[in-house]
Amino acid sequence: MTGGGPLPLGLFATAGAGAGQISPLLWGLIWLSVVIAVLIALAVVVGIAIRARRERDPKLVPVSRSGNGLPLIYGGVGLSILILLALTGWTVTVIAGIAKPSAPAAFSVDVSARQWWWAFHYDDPDSGKAFTTANELHIPVGQAVAFNLTSPDVIHSFWVPALGGKTDVIPGQTNTMWLEADKAGVYRGQCSEYCGQQHANMALYVVAEPAAQYASWRTVQAAPAKPPVTAQTEAGLADFIGRCGNCHTVRGTPARGDKGPDLTHLMSRSTIAAGLLDNAPGNLAGWIAHPQGLKPGSLMPDIALSGPEFEAILAYVETLK
Amino acid sequence: MAEAESLHVGPLPVGSPQAKSSGWFGMMTLIVTEASLFLYLLFSYFYFAIWDTHGFLPARRPTFELSAPDTVVLLLSSVLVWWGERGARAGRRRQLAFGLAGGLVLGGIFVGVQLVEWAEKPLHFDTSPYSALYFTITGLHLAHVVIGMMVLLALLVWSLLGMFDARRYAPVSIGAIYWHFVDAVWLAVFFTLYITPYLA
Amino acid sequence: MSTTEYERVPETASLADDPGLPERLRVLWENRPGLYGWIASVDHKSIGIRYLVTSFVFLLLGGLEALLMRIQLGQPGEHVLTPEQYNQLFSMHGITMIFLYALPVLSGFSNFLFPLVLGARDMAFPRLNAFSYWTYIAAGLFMYSSFLLGAAPDDGWFNYAPNSLKAFSPGPNMDFYALGMIFLGISTMVGAANFVVTVLRMRAPGMSINRLPILVWGTTAASAGILLSVPAVSLAFFMLWLDRNFGTHFFNASADGLPLLWQHLFWIFAHPWVYIIVLPAMGLVSDALPILCRRPLVGYTLVVLATVLTMVLGFGVWVHHMFATGLPLVASSFFSGASFIIAIPSAVATFAWIATIWTGRPVLTTAFLYFAGFIVMFVVGGVSGVVTAAVPADLQLTDTYFVVAHIHYVLIGINLFGVLGALYFWFPKFTGRMLGERLGRWNFWITFIGFNVAFLPMHLTGLMGMPRRVYTYPEDLGLGAVNLISSVGSFLLAIGLLLFLVNVALSLRKGARAPDNPWDAPTLEWATTSPPPPYNFALIPLIASRHPLWEDRLQEGSGRSVLDRGFTLDHGKEALATTVLDAEPDVILKMPADTVTPFVLTVMLSAAFTALLVQSWWMLALAGMLILACIVAWLWPKRHLLQIAAAGHG
Repeated sequence: MTGGGPLPLGLFATAGAGAGQISPLLWGLIWLSVVIAVLIALAVVVGIAIRARRERDPKLVPVSRSGNGLPLIYGGVGLSILILLALTGWTVTVIAGIAKPSAPAAFSVDVSARQWWWAFHYDDPDSGKAFTTANELHIPVGQAVAFNLTSPDVIHSFWVPALGGKTDVIPGQTNTMWLEADKAGVYRGQCSEYCGQQHANMALYVVAEPAAQYASWRTVQAAPAKPPVTAQTEAGLADFIGRCGNCHTVRGTPARGDKGPDLTHLMSRSTIAAGLLDNAPGNLAGWIAHPQGLKPGSLMPDIALSGPEFEAILAYVETLK
Repeated sequence: MAEAESLHVGPLPVGSPQAKSSGWFGMMTLIVTEASLFLYLLFSYFYFAIWDTHGFLPARRPTFELSAPDTVVLLLSSVLVWWGERGARAGRRRQLAFGLAGGLVLGGIFVGVQLVEWAEKPLHFDTSPYSALYFTITGLHLAHVVIGMMVLLALLVWSLLGMFDARRYAPVSIGAIYWHFVDAVWLAVFFTLYITPYLA
Repeated sequence: MSTTEYERVPETASLADDPGLPERLRVLWENRPGLYGWIASVDHKSIGIRYLVTSFVFLLLGGLEALLMRIQLGQPGEHVLTPEQYNQLFSMHGITMIFLYALPVLSGFSNFLFPLVLGARDMAFPRLNAFSYWTYIAAGLFMYSSFLLGAAPDDGWFNYAPNSLKAFSPGPNMDFYALGMIFLGISTMVGAANFVVTVLRMRAPGMSINRLPILVWGTTAASAGILLSVPAVSLAFFMLWLDRNFGTHFFNASADGLPLLWQHLFWIFAHPWVYIIVLPAMGLVSDALPILCRRPLVGYTLVVLATVLTMVLGFGVWVHHMFATGLPLVASSFFSGASFIIAIPSAVATFAWIATIWTGRPVLTTAFLYFAGFIVMFVVGGVSGVVTAAVPADLQLTDTYFVVAHIHYVLIGINLFGVLGALYFWFPKFTGRMLGERLGRWNFWITFIGFNVAFLPMHLTGLMGMPRRVYTYPEDLGLGAVNLISSVGSFLLAIGLLLFLVNVALSLRKGARAPDNPWDAPTLEWATTSPPPPYNFALIPLIASRHPLWEDRLQEGSGRSVLDRGFTLDHGKEALATTVLDAEPDVILKMPADTVTPFVLTVMLSAAFTALLVQSWWMLALAGMLILACIVAWLWPKRHLLQIAAAGHG
């Protein structure tokens, strides 16, 4: 999956309204810090250069209380207080600015953070158009989207750096946040609160696209899976229901498990295993065959499948576009 | 020069003179830290009371039938211990012994009544966050009372062994202030657990 | 037995009057020989050295854990460690450094130095002092024994719930941590109480509070902070242990528990804790740097106020660790503002140190180099903290390597560099030998360069978006190069530290013998031999200024301290207590002899905590009874200590 250039999680370039408001404060503070650190380092080094003695033995250097150092303290601290007060004021304005989007959110997505993947539920007043997907979410460019964050297990954190700051997902409560993409693109996110063994491999992707494309993506996602047409894929569906259906949902089939991601349109996603692997046939086969080898500790167990079963399931899953 | 004067001091007490003893100061630091512990326990209670959206307090609020008399019992025990300490200061060993023994007995009654109250509650330790907090708070306080009773017992034994006189009875002062502290904590706990549910 | 036994006019003498005094005192105060004597010792100097050595062992263990982590992270997609191994290592690295190294090393300094700089014969509670050390090492061993079961804590040192609950952490890992921390809390609180009472009661006559070294202010503020904050974390761990083992639901969201309560209780403790582990180090630097600049500290009173204010304000910023948890805006804004303001007292100290350099005559010993490096790294760590104090910036930077950079600049920059400099400065007093200066320079530069190569890039790594606490990262995040640089730097830092240890080993054997006062310093510890005699001061000094040994040279209006004439206090093991405010002589204290009771009590406590870990209730009951017996034996009032009526009275 390529998205976000050489630094997909980097804070150097922003693509969203929230991140865009944070960025001036963030970089302002960083440059100010660099200046202060350099000035203090200079003060120490120059002070030593000017005042240090050649002698390395203190007994050879007389003691005396000379010079008045207090003005330096008062001056330095006074300046620091002014700077800190200014920064407090600036901070409070930005806090207020990022609290809400400039226009109310067009719609909301329910995010359920699990060990170690993301479920995204898009609701719809016309039921029949509601759907759940995983690990890759699409939003329209230029519109604020609200996210309702919940978790059935442990604390996670929802973070897409290019678009905005992070918000923790805390079991037992619903945290709400918003993101708005300024330009089309693919933006990587990653869980940012240690959540157990595979915290390192809990990424997500946000695809921001023009409204028309977004609408057609929604339509595709809302549709149930097409029924299988070949003999192998029909057998694959049967095997899938038996071996995978307890954990995974494929809408339009009896597979209704909710412990793992909804796979109805798995092949429309660019990555699998929460961003761990590109969604290429070899990777998908490797994942189904031996998830514990790729993501040890993940809640998808290694399931012993016979050769034909495995081939059939793989063939069926590859039809889930 | 002031320095030359303080080299010539009058007689200084030797050893552990009550409130000038190191042990007294040490007990003060213990009280500060144990008071903090109870502060954080009550903080946890109020945190739940404010943020628990599922209804924190139980249907049956705690009642005063046992807890109010129990509070009186504990306050009285402090009075007795205080009276005993005054006996120590005056060199009246019998007063000291009776004060300590009385405090010990009333402390035991407090513990007994509290255990009865626990048994009568329909809640168990693991029923709900409320019950967990109720039993943890009262339980930790009870543990402090039991420790205090052991302190009073030790003081009673030492006083009967003739170890204290009017000029040296530091352990009595130190133990007594611990007992009064445990009493004061109970007042805070009682207010939080028994009174605030009716104020909400 | 007459009533004069209850009180007495303390005899005053000089060494000329009573030349046999030092020998009599030595016999009274000396540690007993052999293994028994070592276990039974209640001498603060011996206990201080033990704290220093043990904390350095934990520093090395924590460092090894870090090096393994840095090997794993040096390149993307490494398989040197499994995820579970990495998670245990990063957790134990944090636990070890923050709890088993950072405070104990400072306790080592304070333990050794407090009575000496205060002009006292020992700490207020010598047996409790020994106990605080034994429980420290016992709790550390308790937590480390989890490695033997392959079950070290693996939820980070911050151990958030619900991940720490049984449902997600079924093994004993968290139980080791929870019980171990409650155990360690005993050591910490008891040590803090000892420092507070020592400062209040054991100062030499004339040592009013404006004449105390900054180390004393720093440790006292930290100790007050400990007494008020440690119960929060002990309670949190106790509640966690109950949730895990007795079915309660304090933190279990699926049963109406509140995971955020863990965070509040934990951070209400842990934020003050980070000031607790730096304020004494800042005090060490505030005392030693001016001596190497040949002048008193500029702005003593301001630095004292800044020390106290930092500790007080430190209780008011904990929510800045929780900015991303979905708090109300008002709360975030308040704690953000408070987090900016807490930088102000740090600025006071920084400018005081710089002013001392600029108006002094710095002598560039190795210790001075460490202190100079300390100032710069203190400021780097401080400003990165100011960046994250701003909520919006924090919402991007929290849980990234930017914060890792910040914490290591403040912890290593302030604590470790302060400690290393202070060791170069006080090593002669502790051991009677000088630490080699040539090897010292190599040691300093390699440590300094290694540290900065390892951690300066981490600011960038965080800005490049690398999250914390990840056992690996994919190639396409562009993080490989910066991580490699940090890994190389970490090994350089390790080599620097190794050089330090080599220097210590060589100097202990062959270093130049140290005179009483090798740095021509002004404070009381330098008026004793190197190392000091077991009784510290044969004659209790009388203090007239902050700089007793510099009074003639500073020629300031203060009177002159009297060190060559004073109370002899030789009717047994005795020390002087003075009044809290004015430090006037108040009580002649009887000090306890060496005893194994603190050690035995620690063994019983270890048994009790093990019983809790394995949930063996009969073992707990047995241990409990033995603990009770130990405590009664310890506290049993002793006539010879005049805790109770003298024989024939009462």
